[in-house]
Amino acid sequence: MAEIDLSLVRFIEQVSPGASWSHVLKRGTTLRVKSLGEGANVSALFYNFEILGERLNLPDTLKCQHTARLTAGHCLYSDMGRILVSMTDDTCGWHDPLSGCSNEQEVLLQYGAHRYQEARNAFYRNGRDSFLTELGNYGMDERDLAMNVNLFAKVTADVGGRLRFHEGHSKAGMHVDLRAEMNTLVVLNTCVHPLDPSPTYAPQPVELSVWTSPPPAGDDRCRTSCAENTRGFEITRRYFL
Amino acid sequence: MSALIESPLNPADAVYEFTLPAGEPWMHGIQAGQTLRIIDLEGNQAADTLFYNAHDPAERYSAQDTIRGQGGLYLSTGTRLMSTRGNALLTITADTCGRHDTLGGACSCESNMVRYALEKRSMHACRDSFLRGIRQWQPGWTKRDITHNINFFMNVPVTEEGGLTFEDGVSGSGRYVEMRAEMDVVCLISNCPQLNNPCNAYNPTPVRILLWP
Repeated sequence: MAEIDLSLVRFIEQVSPGASWSHVLKRGTTLRVKSLGEGANVSALFYNFEILGERLNLPDTLKCQHTARLTAGHCLYSDMGRILVSMTDDTCGWHDPLSGCSNEQEVLLQYGAHRYQEARNAFYRNGRDSFLTELGNYGMDERDLAMNVNLFAKVTADVGGRLRFHEGHSKAGMHVDLRAEMNTLVVLNTCVHPLDPSPTYAPQPVELSVWTSPPPAGDDRCRTSCAENTRGFEITRRYFL
Repeated sequence: MSALIESPLNPADAVYEFTLPAGEPWMHGIQAGQTLRIIDLEGNQAADTLFYNAHDPAERYSAQDTIRGQGGLYLSTGTRLMSTRGNALLTITADTCGRHDTLGGACSCESNMVRYALEKRSMHACRDSFLRGIRQWQPGWTKRDITHNINFFMNVPVTEEGGLTFEDGVSGSGRYVEMRAEMDVVCLISNCPQLNNPCNAYNPTPVRILLWP
């Protein structure tokens, strides 16, 4: 839906440029991630909050849906064949599952040093350390890292597999809806995309809305987009029986 | 596909040789400077492979760091296999197959249920082999320590439009890939038992493993 019915909204929050956020997204709710600036990027990981060893598995996600991009109709799978979240709405059209997140060396090399001591909260943060810090709040560490998604980023591969980052793909006002199919720990940050060639470190803020959403119907777009997803929804249903 | 690069190394000089049957795990240390060769003996056999820093195995192979590090999806001669901390674990030094996959991951009982049918749960899968291998090396380690792997000899082309498929292998009988360790690593291979797709030509077969000093 273009606009969320305000009576359904549980809370709205902003994530500052380069900052982290996490939340246990309850089954029966949807997280809308809305870009508030040109070139926004959101690096995200997902876990089953009840069994934290169960996490996003992008290889399984991509191969069962025969895709190397993510958009509406796709589901994000755990390593147990269950669906953590499904993409129920998307005005962006392409989210990147290939490139991973930036690390300290990459940010230093591309943008130089901007420490907290001089820059205060505009200091340059990187995706990997941001994930580790946020995961640490849940007793998790680098053994819990997995391949991450980059929302709002488009990276294509040519016939030889060479990657291309599409500048200008991510625009202010775009949104993607992630419907929780389980009680899903969402860990995200707004650090810049690791392949963004801009010489300026310019992370963008996003707005997050958590709203009460109906359970997926029998003809739900994500459930019926391929036979694999129909089975994925059934496996997820059985988890709650 | 990359140019096919042969190795100058002579199998007679190898210090270790092992034939890994289909459906079995193999776990072995490789010292910095040593060279590992994996040979696809009968052709079209996926060798699902993970690497760990031998001295601090919380540092391990990272598919996304490897892809980003070389700006490309497919692995071949010259590819540096990167760790989760951004260090090179090994470098591919020879490759007579042409390209290898690191997007397709490993099969598991659960992913087989999603991909093929709920009734496929009992079929043998790579993750079972990974788990069996890793717990012999690090008692108490679990799925948490199984990260996204390399599929040597497997062909998973991605289109410019974002499509992804599992296709018949580009490998053949006797093709091999060779890599030099840049640090002391431990290698874990699951010689894939998958019977539901063409990654093993529907007939999983052994691979041969050689190590040079």
